[in-house]
Amino acid sequence: MNKKAYPTRFAGGALLLFGIFVLLPSVLGLGLAFTDWNAYSNDINWVGLDNFATVLDPNGDYVSAIQHTILFTIATTILKTGIALGLAILLTDGVKRLAYLFRALIYLPAVLPILVVGIVFKSILDPQSGLLNSTLQLIGLGGLAQQWLTDVGLTFWTVVGVDTWRGVGYIMVILIAGLLAIPREYYEAASIDGAGRLQTFRYITVPLLMPVLAVTTVLNVLYGLRVFDMVFVLTNGQYGTSTVYTMVFDSFTRGLYGVATALSTLFFGVMVLLGFVVIRVMQRGEGN
Amino acid sequence: MNPIRSLRTMVLNVSAGGASLIAVVPIYVLFVNALKTQPEASSMGVELPLNPQWGNFGTVIDHGKLATAFFNSVLYSFGGTVLAVFLAALAAYVLARQRTRRHQIIYLLLIMGIAVPTNFVTLMKVMQVTHLIDTQIGMILLYAATQIPFSVFLIYAFIDSLPKELDEAAFLDGCSPFRTFRSIILPMLTPVLVTCGILSVLNIWNEFLMPLYFLNSTGSWPMTLAVYNFFGTYASDWSLVSADIVLTILPVILVYAVAQRWILSGVSAGAVKG
Repeated sequence: MNKKAYPTRFAGGALLLFGIFVLLPSVLGLGLAFTDWNAYSNDINWVGLDNFATVLDPNGDYVSAIQHTILFTIATTILKTGIALGLAILLTDGVKRLAYLFRALIYLPAVLPILVVGIVFKSILDPQSGLLNSTLQLIGLGGLAQQWLTDVGLTFWTVVGVDTWRGVGYIMVILIAGLLAIPREYYEAASIDGAGRLQTFRYITVPLLMPVLAVTTVLNVLYGLRVFDMVFVLTNGQYGTSTVYTMVFDSFTRGLYGVATALSTLFFGVMVLLGFVVIRVMQRGEGN
Repeated sequence: MNPIRSLRTMVLNVSAGGASLIAVVPIYVLFVNALKTQPEASSMGVELPLNPQWGNFGTVIDHGKLATAFFNSVLYSFGGTVLAVFLAALAAYVLARQRTRRHQIIYLLLIMGIAVPTNFVTLMKVMQVTHLIDTQIGMILLYAATQIPFSVFLIYAFIDSLPKELDEAAFLDGCSPFRTFRSIILPMLTPVLVTCGILSVLNIWNEFLMPLYFLNSTGSWPMTLAVYNFFGTYASDWSLVSADIVLTILPVILVYAVAQRWILSGVSAGAVKG
């Protein structure tokens, strides 16, 4: 009955496209990462671990890009989660009227192309005429005005900030859904037992929101590790902001396909591991 | 109401309003500067334009080749989405109904795509060999492939909640498997298909990396790549850059305004199951 009513070939189309454009390149990567494949020669020769040696050279540009990527991921995950949680609580518990409007507006940046967000912030962060520095001067905080996108120590954090601005609404929307899914009775019981705001938060909200926080953390981490558009537009990976995917693109445009593939493949391995975590977390969410 | 309480309510409302303002100001800035003259827009300020320059839009449509880019974006978003959502629904249907180990593995493999990144460099090789590089059909297939994993994930969960008796009865009455899917299952999937469709259209519309890697001919560029190049050429003219961007994001904002409910529920559907 099952076999006839639900023929597996129905999954064929999805598998075919997925196989050609996602799986096949990944599998090819496992081989081509060990070759000198490049734009300037038609021969592809086996070079063993050379590309990985280049990518993992402790003094090379690649390792610092990997470090930036990890730091970016940690920083944006913490910032987005913290701010989104604050906003989610504010909009479910504190604000009653207009909460729906506020939620829609705060989510708005997340529906825009990242490219566009990057370009707008290039103007806002312009040191001479930009809105941020001129506003700081207007309110008498001119001393805080900075070279936001060219100061080597600061630029990384500027990118983190802009990315947080863009992504916080997305995490907030998920956390709001998570908060609304917590049964009211728990809060009523806590209030009858005389629990204060902090205690309620600590002993009811946080534990019951944990599965959702796990999901948002995974989403933030996956996004952070693959970040490209935002960095590419704001700084093109300069001033201490290079990331794994800006380096992949950089090597690609320089014709160093073997090296670019080695870096991609290395990260592919990391992401596959994380992918298993995602599936576990999501399946647990489904089971509830 | 006691004064402390109303003060608290006010502080909370002001904070929420402030956060909303921070979210919206950069977008507002684009809209007002799109209507300014070049010198007026040089600082991308928040002031309203003295004399709205509606002609800016005409200028960028001509200079930025936006008519072609708009058509390409529509082609990629809708072509890729229709293909992805249809194939995903078909796959999710059999995978959700047949729960053998093999089907579970196929399902996991497909949704792994949500997390696992595309290897763009070797993908270029695949695109070359299949002669799909720098072609519009190539972009549609590629985008469809990228949208399949999340669509399968959402639709699978939805089909799981539909009673199996419905399709079994249709099948026993003599409907072919595909007819059962088309006339019984597909209509019931409408809510989740709409959600998937909207999210997928927005994702593809906003996407920038694929065309950056795989499209050389300006005639195939979507809006994002056209905007990026326009920005490179006219970086000093913020009024034109703003006008160009406004034309790119206006459809997105309109879709968001109309379909907010589906977007916000779709976004949290994967993460929170009530």
